[in-house]
Amino acid sequence: MHAVYPLVLGALLFAIGLYGVLARRSAIAVLMAIELLLNAVTLNLVSFGAILRDQYGMGQVFTLFIITIAAAETGLGLAIVLLLYRQRATADLGEQRELAEPVEPFETDELEYDAEAETESDEIEAGAAR
Amino acid sequence: MNTLAFLASLLPAIGAAVTFAGGRDLRHVKFWSTAPVAAAFVLALLVALDHGTGGTSTRTYSLGTAGGFHVEIGTRVSGLAALTAVLVTGVALCVQAYSTSYLGGEPRYASYAALISLFTAAMLTVVYAADLVVLLVGWEIMGICSYFLIGHYWEKPEARGASIKAFLMTKTGDVPFLFGIISLGVQAKSFQVNAVLAAAESDTLHHPAWIASLLLCGVLGKSAQFPLHSWLPDAMAGPTPISALIHAATMVAAGIYLVALLYPVFVLAPDVLVAMAVIAAITMCGAALCALAQTDVKMILAYSTVSQLAYMLGGMAVGARSQAMYLLLVHGAFKALLFLAAGVVIHRVGSNELSAMGGLRFRMPITYGSMTIGLLALAGIPPFSGFFGKEGVLGAAYGASGEFAVPGKIVLIFGLLTAGITAAYSLRLWLSMFHGPFPDAPHEHEARVEAPQTELVPLMLLAIPAAALGLVVLFGSSFSQAIGGWYGEAGSMLGSSAVSLWPSGITTLLSLLFVAGFGGLTFLVWRRDEQADPAVALLGPAHAVLLNGFYFDAMIDRGIVRPARAAARLVAFLDANVLDAYVRGSGVGARGLGTMLRRLQTGSVQFYLTCLFLGVVIMAAVYAYVGTVS
Amino acid sequence: MTHGYLSPTGLEIAFVLVGLVTLGSGLLVVTIKNLVYAALWLIVCMGSIGIEYLLLSAELLAWVQVLIYGGAIIVLFLFGLMLTRAPIGPTEELNVSNRWPAAIVGLGAAGTLVTVIVQAYQHTWFDPRDAVSLGSGQALGTQLFKYWVLPFELLSVLLLAALVGAIVLSRRGSQDTEEAEA
Repeated sequence: MHAVYPLVLGALLFAIGLYGVLARRSAIAVLMAIELLLNAVTLNLVSFGAILRDQYGMGQVFTLFIITIAAAETGLGLAIVLLLYRQRATADLGEQRELAEPVEPFETDELEYDAEAETESDEIEAGAAR
Repeated sequence: MNTLAFLASLLPAIGAAVTFAGGRDLRHVKFWSTAPVAAAFVLALLVALDHGTGGTSTRTYSLGTAGGFHVEIGTRVSGLAALTAVLVTGVALCVQAYSTSYLGGEPRYASYAALISLFTAAMLTVVYAADLVVLLVGWEIMGICSYFLIGHYWEKPEARGASIKAFLMTKTGDVPFLFGIISLGVQAKSFQVNAVLAAAESDTLHHPAWIASLLLCGVLGKSAQFPLHSWLPDAMAGPTPISALIHAATMVAAGIYLVALLYPVFVLAPDVLVAMAVIAAITMCGAALCALAQTDVKMILAYSTVSQLAYMLGGMAVGARSQAMYLLLVHGAFKALLFLAAGVVIHRVGSNELSAMGGLRFRMPITYGSMTIGLLALAGIPPFSGFFGKEGVLGAAYGASGEFAVPGKIVLIFGLLTAGITAAYSLRLWLSMFHGPFPDAPHEHEARVEAPQTELVPLMLLAIPAAALGLVVLFGSSFSQAIGGWYGEAGSMLGSSAVSLWPSGITTLLSLLFVAGFGGLTFLVWRRDEQADPAVALLGPAHAVLLNGFYFDAMIDRGIVRPARAAARLVAFLDANVLDAYVRGSGVGARGLGTMLRRLQTGSVQFYLTCLFLGVVIMAAVYAYVGTVS
Repeated sequence: MTHGYLSPTGLEIAFVLVGLVTLGSGLLVVTIKNLVYAALWLIVCMGSIGIEYLLLSAELLAWVQVLIYGGAIIVLFLFGLMLTRAPIGPTEELNVSNRWPAAIVGLGAAGTLVTVIVQAYQHTWFDPRDAVSLGSGQALGTQLFKYWVLPFELLSVLLLAALVGAIVLSRRGSQDTEEAEA
C-alpha cells in the first residue's frame, strides 16, 4: 500500500478537527472535535508503526497511551464544562467574554499644543531702555 | 625680568583664587584683594625699570605641538608692555584701595574684589603675552570679568541688562577678532608675537587688509568705538570703581594696546587705516556731543572715555603710535582720577545727577582739587598731561604723509572740533558740580563732608601723574624709543625713528583757540543763569537727540533685537507645534495602535486559538516550502 | 506486489472507502447543528477509524478503539449533554461567528500537511500484512511490559489523578444546591 493513503487521511482528519475546535459554539462540541484531533494523531502513529515496524513497537503502544489519556481528558473536560454550566447557566463558549479588553474611543486631543505661559525676559529690555 | 613679569601676572590670580575660596571674612578679603595687586605693581615697576630702553626680551616655555603649530607660553617684555603694565597695576591698586571703603561694607564685596584681581591678572596676561593665543585667553577673561562686575548690583534690572549688553557687544567684535588672530597665525606660520611681527615686516603676509580689518572689529568692540560703542555708557550701572578701572583705564585700552602691539600688520593695510580714521572721527565727535548733553555724571565721563579712546585710535590711524600710547597712559591716569573723584561726590550727595550737585567746592576741598586737575587734563589745558597727549596726536595728524595723509586730514579736522567740545563739557561738569548755587543735599548741615582716607589717598596719588606726566615730553625721544617708534620695536630692521612728543606749532595754536572758544561760550551761557544747565541753551533742539545718544540703542533694538526676538518666537512656535507635534504624534500614534490592537482581545478563546493556529500554519508552510525547495 | 499507480490493490481500495466514511462523519460531527446527532456521528467516525486500524494490522488497537471511544467516551459526551441541558433539537447558531477564519485555518493546515506528506512519502510503499505479527495482543503486550512498563504505570497514576480531579471539580457544595437550576 502506498504510504500516502493513511497519512493523508490523518492530515485531513486533523484539519477537520481543527475547524471544529475553532468554530463550534458549544463547549461539548469543542471537546468532540478535540477527540477527532487525537484520533488523527493516533492514525498517523499506527500507520507509521506499520511502515517502520521498529523493534519497540512504538506506534501502537503510544496509540494505547493516547487513547487512555484522551479518556482521562474527556472526563476532566466534561467536569469543567459542568462547572462552567453551573456558574453561568450556559455552556456557550462564544458568550464567555470576561477576558476581553474594553475598547475605548480613540481621542486625538493630545495632538493639539496647549499654550504654556511664555516667560518674557524683561530684564534685557530694561537694560536696553537707554 | 621675564620671571618678574610672569609673577606679576600670577599674583593677582592667586589673590583672586584665595578670595573666591575664602569666603566672607572681611579682614582677610581686604588684605587679599590689595596685597597681591600691590605686589604686582611693585613687580611691574621693577620690570619697567629693568627694561629701560632696551629691546624686547622674550622667554617662552614650549607646551608641545598641536597639529601644525608649536604651542608655547611665556612672557614678552617690551617697552610698550612694561609701561602699560605699570599703568594697569597702578590703577588697579588705587581702585582696590578705594573699594575697601567704598564697597567694603557690602555683602558681595568678596566676589567683587576677587573679580577685580582676576581681571588685573587677565589684563597683565594680555599685556605681557608672548603668544597671540595667550593674549586671546586674557582678552576673553577680561570680557567675562567685565560682565560679572557690571552686573554686580544684579538686583537692578539696568545692571543685568547692561552686563549682558556689554558682553554681547564685545563678543560681536570678538568673533571677527578670533578669525583675524587665526588667519594671522596661519599666515605667519606661528602664533608667537615675535614671529608675527617679523612676518609682517618681511612682507610675507597675504591679505593684510583682511587681517587688519578683522582685528579692527575686535578693537572696536573692546574699546567701544562706533558702531559697538553703546555698551560703555550703559555699563555705568556698575559700581564706580569698576568704571574707573575697567571702562576708563584698562580694559577699553586693551584694544588700543593691541593695535600698538600689532602695528606693523595695520600699517600694511592703508584702507584699514582710513577706515580707522573715519570711525575714530565719527566716534570722537559724536561721543563728545553726547557728553555735553548728559545729566548723569558717570554718563558724561563714559562718553568722554569713548571720545578720548577715539582720539587714541585716530592717533594710531595717522601713524602716531608713540603719541597714541602716551595719550593712553595719561588718559588712564586722569580718567581713573575723574571716576574715583566722581564716585566720592556721588556717594556723599546720594545721587548721580548733576542737578543734585552744586557748590561743593567748600564742602569737599580735596576732591574738588583733584577733580579740577583731572578736568584740566581732560580738556587739554597746558601744562597738564592731557594737553601733551592731545597735541601729540594732532601734530602727527597735521604732519602725516604718504599712506597716512588722508587719515591725517580726517583726524585733524575732527580732532580740533572735539577738543573744543571736550573743553565745553569739562567746564560744564566742573561748574555744575562745584560752583553755582547749592541745591538741597542730605549733608547740608555739615560744613565739610569729605571722604575717608582710603578714598582720598588714591585720588591724590592719581592726581600726580595726571598733572605731572606732561614732564615726560622732555624725554620724548627716549619714551618713543622705549615704546618702540612707530614701526617695529627698538632694534628692528627698519630701525626705530625717535619721535618727539613736543607739540608742534600750528596745531597747538588752533587747538587752544578751539578750546578757549568753546569753553568761553559755555562759561558765558552758564553765567546767564547759574542754576540752569548750559547744555540746553548751547545745544538747542539737538539736546534731546544727544541726550539719548543719537537714539542708537533704539536703532539697534529695531534692527537687531526685535528681529532676533521674532525669530526666537518663531523657533519656539515651530518647536512646539511642528517638532513637538511629531513627538506628541508618536505618543498619540502609539496609543492609536494600541487601541487598534486591543480590538484583537475579544475575550473569545476560540478567536485566540484561531489566530494562534493561523500563525502556526503559516510558519509551518513557510518552513516546509523553504525546506523542500532549497 | 505491484506498485503501479493505476492499479491499486484491494487493500488500498478498502482503505480509501473507509477513509471516506471517516472524513464524512468527521465533517458531520463538526458542522451539524444538532448536538446529539454530532455525538452519534462521532461514534461512526470512531468506528471507521477502528476499521482502518484493522486494515493496518493493529488488531488489539482496533478493539480498544471501539471499546473505549465508542463505549465509554461517547457515553460520557451524552451524559455531559444531558447535564448541561443541551438543546435536543437543532439549534439556530451552533457555530460561532468565527467560522470563516476557522475554515481558513483548517484549509491551510490541510493544505500544508498534505503537501508535505505527499512530497515526503510519494515513493514509500509498505505492506501492512508484514506487520500482522506486531499487532496481535500477545505482541503488543510483550512490547508494553518489556519496554514501556514505566509509562504504563505512570499512566495508571494519571488516570487516578483524573478521576479524583473530576470528582472534586464536579462536587456540589452545600451552597450550590439552590442555584444552577436554570
